[in-house]
Amino acid sequence: MKASRRAFIKVGVAATAAAALRPVRTFAQGAAARVVVVGGGFAGASCARALRQAAPRVTVTLVEANPTFTACPFSNAVIGGLRELHAQRFTYERVAGDGIMVARALATGVDAQARSVTLADGARLPYDRLVLAPGIDIRWGALPGYDEAAAAQMPHAWRAGEQTLLLRRQLEAMDDGGLVVISAPANPFRCPPGPYERASLIAHYLKTRKPRSKLVILDAKDAFSKQRLFQAAWAELYPGLLEWVPLSRGGNVTSVDASTRTLVTDFGRHQAKVANVIPPQKAGRIAEAAGVADRTGWCPIDPVTFESKLQAGIHVIVDAAIAGAMPKSAFAANSQAKTCAAAVARLLTGAVPSTPKLINTCYSLVAPDYGISVAGVYQPSGGQLAEVPGSGGVSPADAPRATRAAEAVLAEAWFRTITAEVFG
Amino acid sequence: MSKLVATAIAVVATAAAAVVAAAEPPAGAAACSGCHPASPRVLSPVPRLAGVDQAAIVRALLEFRSGQRPATVMDRIAKGFTDDEIRALAAWFATRP
Repeated sequence: MKASRRAFIKVGVAATAAAALRPVRTFAQGAAARVVVVGGGFAGASCARALRQAAPRVTVTLVEANPTFTACPFSNAVIGGLRELHAQRFTYERVAGDGIMVARALATGVDAQARSVTLADGARLPYDRLVLAPGIDIRWGALPGYDEAAAAQMPHAWRAGEQTLLLRRQLEAMDDGGLVVISAPANPFRCPPGPYERASLIAHYLKTRKPRSKLVILDAKDAFSKQRLFQAAWAELYPGLLEWVPLSRGGNVTSVDASTRTLVTDFGRHQAKVANVIPPQKAGRIAEAAGVADRTGWCPIDPVTFESKLQAGIHVIVDAAIAGAMPKSAFAANSQAKTCAAAVARLLTGAVPSTPKLINTCYSLVAPDYGISVAGVYQPSGGQLAEVPGSGGVSPADAPRATRAAEAVLAEAWFRTITAEVFG
Repeated sequence: MSKLVATAIAVVATAAAAVVAAAEPPAGAAACSGCHPASPRVLSPVPRLAGVDQAAIVRALLEFRSGQRPATVMDRIAKGFTDDEIRALAAWFATRP
């Protein structure tokens, strides 16, 4: 036993040394490089297509377990009864039409040394470079009482689909006068303004359909994205209906009881008729299996190439990555995916990746005709993606209603454009 | 005059860089299609950029950046780009099909 273990370690060391000595494969001549992209969301699908365009000779495989993609942006409008879920759904037909192999499978493991991805059925996909775009996973167990069974009573609806519809149905079934509670997590999490847009559109639903109801946001933070704009709009549109309870006033939810829809804070208990628990999150499961997630649960990356700081040859983009000042948004996904694709294309030919500049623009609806936005421009600085000084910011605080209406129109146009860009 | 020369050098340098990189978009360009439709089939009030006159793009971005041109988000985004980057973006989009 001891001997064989020692032998195994020796073989392991030899293999590692061999890998270190092996010259880096480049593909300037002849051989087709293989890139595997795991995750078919905005990030993964965009990256696969951009790579195909930048390097037509590269064999690109997109691994995604779901036959269709259900988009999170605008899913708050589905919850608020303003939109149907089918408008959120997109297929991979056009992605496959680009010459990308779409493997409908769950990626369960990564062998970073052998450079292969293992699928649920045991098949292995060899790669020269791997891009992980797995999005988020719920950190089950981080909030006592909140597990997968609890999510059937108190939906998170933070991955769009059945959870989105469940929350909507609960709101529709609630009697007028009921208490709706949203719990918002500490940073970082997917879509920083998302909980507040959701609160706004639920408040809009309640105001128009169940006006004696009340909505409380229990927040694990004292500040949030576009805060002043949201709060000004809430005071104007939903006075007395929507209350935000920050961390410092007892907003941090410490446990939940799904059977009674109760949320417990340090300061008291809130028994809700409808409870939306937006739980703590981490990088999608495959990141951990690939060894690219650190102790925070997220993945440190190089800001020029998005290559993991923990595993060579593996790139991690968007939600799963620690992307410095860039938020985890669908716009950021498209921007990071293309930057990563350009870097991967260059690395495969032995060229030096160019220094990127990235953009984020993120709209939120406070009401169907009331939009606000945040924008930012980012560049590598000090090993992180940092905001370009003097750039970016939120919509003006004193903008007239016409501007808010225009931004609501632009928000919808953005969704049409980005989904056509990534899936159309 | 010296500004003209600098512009000429920048244009040549940009063109040379484009050849070396086999038509790789300049810094920031890849993100624009998040709002500016690449496809003519997408219905949007946001204009397509492909084939737009280079000087018009430069002028628009400079005016957005200085605040002269009314904007919703483009003023905030243009402030993240230097003169050279703006010229490279304009040159890139002007030649897109």
